[in-house]
Amino acid sequence: MSDPSTASIVSTPPATVPTEAGSGAPVAAGLPENARKEKPRGLLGDAWRDLRRKPLFWISAILILVFVTMAAFPSLFTSGDPVNGALSRSRVEPSAAAWFGYDVQGRDVYARVIYGARASIVVALISTIGTLLIGGTIGIIAGYAGGWVDALLSRFADIFFGLPFVLGAIVILTTFNGAGSSNNEWQIMGLVIMSLVVLSWPVVMRLMRSSVLATKEADYIVAARALGAGTGRIILKHLLPNCLAPLLVYGTIMVGSFIGAEATLSFLGIGLKTPVVSWGIMISEAQNYIRVSPFLLFFPSAFLVTAVLSFVMLGEAVREALDPKLR
Amino acid sequence: MGRYLLRRLLQLVPVFIGTTFLIYWLVWSVPGDPFAGKCGDRRCPDSYINFMTEKYQLDQSIWVQYATYMKNLFQGDFGITFNNRAVGDIIATAYPNTLKLAVVALAIEAIIGLSAGVLTGLRRNGFLDNLVLVSTLFLIALPVFVVGFVLQWLLGVKWGIVHPTVSNEMRLSELLLPGFVLGSASMAYVARVARTSIAENRRADYVRTAIAKGLPMRRVVGVHLLRNSLIPVVTLLGTDLGALMGGAIVTEGIFGINGIGRAVLRAIVTKESATVVSIVVVLVLVYLLMNLLVDLLYAALDPRIRYE
Amino acid sequence: MRVSKRASGAIALGAAFALVASGCSSSDGDGGDAATSADGAITVDGTEPENPLVPSNTTETGGGKIIDWMWTGLVEYPNNGGAPQNALAESIDTTDSKVYKIKIKQNTKFHDGTVVKAKNFVDAWNWGAYSPNGAQNSSFFSDIEGFADVNTADPDGPEGPQKAPEPKAKEMSGLKVVDDWNFEVTLSAPTAVFPTKLGYSTFMPLPDAFFAGSAEEFGKKPIGNGPVKFVSWENNVAIKLTRFDDYQLRDKMKIKDVNIKIYQDDTAAYSDLVSGNLDFMQQVPVSALAGDKWKSDLGDRAVSSTTPSTGIIAFPIYDKRFQNPKLRRAISLSINRQEITDKIFFGNRKPADSWANPLTPGATPGNCTACQFNVDEAKKLLAEAGGFTGELVMYYNADASHKEWMEAVAQQIKTNLGINARAEGVPTFAVFRQNINAHKMKGAYRAGWQQDYPDVENWVNPLYVTGGSSNDGLYSNKQVDALAKEASSAPSLDASHAKFAEAVKLIDQDVPSMPIYFGGQQSGHSEKIKKMELSNVGELDITSVEL
Repeated sequence: MSDPSTASIVSTPPATVPTEAGSGAPVAAGLPENARKEKPRGLLGDAWRDLRRKPLFWISAILILVFVTMAAFPSLFTSGDPVNGALSRSRVEPSAAAWFGYDVQGRDVYARVIYGARASIVVALISTIGTLLIGGTIGIIAGYAGGWVDALLSRFADIFFGLPFVLGAIVILTTFNGAGSSNNEWQIMGLVIMSLVVLSWPVVMRLMRSSVLATKEADYIVAARALGAGTGRIILKHLLPNCLAPLLVYGTIMVGSFIGAEATLSFLGIGLKTPVVSWGIMISEAQNYIRVSPFLLFFPSAFLVTAVLSFVMLGEAVREALDPKLR
Repeated sequence: MGRYLLRRLLQLVPVFIGTTFLIYWLVWSVPGDPFAGKCGDRRCPDSYINFMTEKYQLDQSIWVQYATYMKNLFQGDFGITFNNRAVGDIIATAYPNTLKLAVVALAIEAIIGLSAGVLTGLRRNGFLDNLVLVSTLFLIALPVFVVGFVLQWLLGVKWGIVHPTVSNEMRLSELLLPGFVLGSASMAYVARVARTSIAENRRADYVRTAIAKGLPMRRVVGVHLLRNSLIPVVTLLGTDLGALMGGAIVTEGIFGINGIGRAVLRAIVTKESATVVSIVVVLVLVYLLMNLLVDLLYAALDPRIRYE
Repeated sequence: MRVSKRASGAIALGAAFALVASGCSSSDGDGGDAATSADGAITVDGTEPENPLVPSNTTETGGGKIIDWMWTGLVEYPNNGGAPQNALAESIDTTDSKVYKIKIKQNTKFHDGTVVKAKNFVDAWNWGAYSPNGAQNSSFFSDIEGFADVNTADPDGPEGPQKAPEPKAKEMSGLKVVDDWNFEVTLSAPTAVFPTKLGYSTFMPLPDAFFAGSAEEFGKKPIGNGPVKFVSWENNVAIKLTRFDDYQLRDKMKIKDVNIKIYQDDTAAYSDLVSGNLDFMQQVPVSALAGDKWKSDLGDRAVSSTTPSTGIIAFPIYDKRFQNPKLRRAISLSINRQEITDKIFFGNRKPADSWANPLTPGATPGNCTACQFNVDEAKKLLAEAGGFTGELVMYYNADASHKEWMEAVAQQIKTNLGINARAEGVPTFAVFRQNINAHKMKGAYRAGWQQDYPDVENWVNPLYVTGGSSNDGLYSNKQVDALAKEASSAPSLDASHAKFAEAVKLIDQDVPSMPIYFGGQQSGHSEKIKKMELSNVGELDITSVEL
């Protein structure tokens, strides 16, 4: 092997060892394909049967469903006003009237947390998906094609990797979203998503590329190629399913970091703006009051951690279900 | 091996030029006249703005500016800041500090993340596994300023266990807390990756063989399992060093460390191109060299990987 | 004027008490042991100076306080906020407020041992005024006759391709050196407040060494004539000063070394202050102010004072929507300033009720009728003005902590008037100022003013007179202009103040901007410091420090 980066971040060493069912090659590879060939449609069916039995899957799926509903129809959960407050009740502690208390501007924290789900989840989720798609695609191309294409794409990624996040974000967002621009809520979210994706794809690209490099010499790929499968088919049907696991693990955690990144951007004055609410904005607004009103920090953080946990657990459950070795 | 190394080193050249230009261009596109806000809420005299604009060649096209910058760079001149200090000096004092902090953070992250990963990988879905998952995720989800502020206040000021800020001597004992804060965000990644890796290798034939041979469990885990599971973790840690160095903005601020993070942030906001580009260029070089080092480490960890 | 402290003079009533700090054990209230004190060193917080340390080229706090400590000017502003007193000046005489005869004290020294002579002032002022030198404070010399000959305007502004023409002269005709100790200043028009201005750092003398080399090199190792001299400047780490033993004026140092530790983040400085690693912090962070935590953290080491600065929200009067004074008044009346200072600033700042900060000599307290909170009146005026269409955006710079109070103001306007108001942050102060300078603001915006020198004139001429240096909203009222002009050239300060009061009455009717709060400062010191005072602008007076 002439390229070093053959090691993937998550699923380990290259599958140079024969990968028969149960051979125990240290790769999340091989078996699903074989299984598929033996019993058509068996993989997904198996996975589903497996998933249905897992409480972890159900808990996380229900939580995510709740969060998605919250994002789509916040008014189902609260009749409160997330935008308007009154200074007279600034930082009033949680009580029966306002379960989560009031923030510095005297706004209902409960209503804000509910309404904040939308921006947070939409931005984090779409950025994650976008990053995975773009980074993953470039990673597959680089890893599969090899040679100068690989070198070019890898060095291109290196350049982006070297960019400080704040610099890139300031430039992208102030160019399109400077003060006085009349972008609506969705346009701003789009721009925030764009900057997050543009600045985060190289990591995913490197991950994917190393996975592909580790898998592409595997026997079943060689076999598929020998049988005359086209490049597209090999990539889509054989490489992709076997390289997804590390991306899923990374991606689910990334959801959490993106919610935080969105907060940083708002904090710098280049991200989402009032009256849009997000958990990130709430957390950074609570920063100065940690010592006197910790509940301002606690509630949005609790929602954030729960949401991130649900995504990670779901990702974990799905990954395990798809990986026959772990059954 | 030699040829491979040479090729990788040669590839650094276009990346270096590409990065410097991209960053120069980005700083150049940050909107705003860097001198407009220098006189507080009073409008700066035109003569001051003209003087500074001319002095820093900001009236020239970006090509001229970039060319001049590169020319000076090759002569070892990193340029000067708006307050007439040599950027080279700033780099010379700030870089070692940031590097020290990043290495401490990396070590803490590796030790805690790896032990958590190994423990949970061996016993998946147990109580410990879930505890590690939740606590590391909590650290990810909470912004660094919150973690840093709370820990500094409790450990440093309230209980007086550690020095709340880092002095200019950068003692190791003072760096533990900021190192933990900085490394906390990546701990979850390391723990998760190590856990998955261990869990997969746990079922590998060689582990089964080792156990069957009657080797003690400690040896199986310590020698066979760990070594084979280390590659992904090393990849992650290697790429993380660059991220830790560039991403320490908040941590450096909270703990009063004179590092590059704050310097670069301030320079971005004030459009001090020479400072931004010079600092980031060195950062990119560190990152590229780390990548190379990681790739070379693979060969040491995995006998199947060889470089021609 | 600035967000920073680079200003001088004011009657800082609260600022000016001598502190007899309680040491942890000692109860000898009158300062510490003289011997330890004389060799003692303190560490204070600071920020990296934005410019080379040249007096006429520094307008921000970080470098400003170092210059204030390193130089002594012709006059000084007493800590108790009283009238300016002669410092280096022996006498400043005038008969017509136009020609000033200035006599300086003989044989005082710069830190390099050379003697401070009259020509050091004249040369320094000429250097500052000469436009190709690009000094930030050049406009402060515009009172002096011949300023237009040395300072030429750029015909199309700094953005345009044309360059400013070379000035006709290098020296202002209004400055004349009589002998080593005497010089004469002729102003282009009578200005009673001129001697008051002379304590501002722009008017400091510069040693011959400055003119021998470049200003930038000088700014790396400045040479002043004040109680402390420069030792070293380590980028982003620390600036060190030490006592100047040849200092002969009133305010001699009682300790030896002053280290300014540069902090990027005030929470780090605060942690050091609380745990005793820092001897003085000028402003504690917001996170410590919340719930008055700083008072319990610091106990009797906490120092609360007021500063001669006002937080203002200005209207872009060049925008058609804001041209009706009734509308502006309606908006101003709908703001509950008391509630904002109570809830957002925890009572540490006071609601504004006058146009000039009341700490300023000549200011009339409570003369801002538009600063009252009167929702009914506001609604009535809004209706008379024909309402407000569209969104009222209130801008602030997001790189400093203005978000909370600006959002609170927007929320009150929205609640009380039903105008669709919201606050929006502009990422950096540079972009924010650039838009303000270019008159491109699309809504009301945050402004702030800290006086440069203690006189009500500084609160009217720059802000509300047509063409004023900080009249960014382009407010213009011919009667105000006329009254202000009359006031500026009045023969005495009293007459001047009376005229300014008349001008302010008119301003109050027009509401070109909205004063919101008066500045306050919350500082802290270590147990090591037994005695200290704050200057009129809230800086530590290092010459008062005793250990």
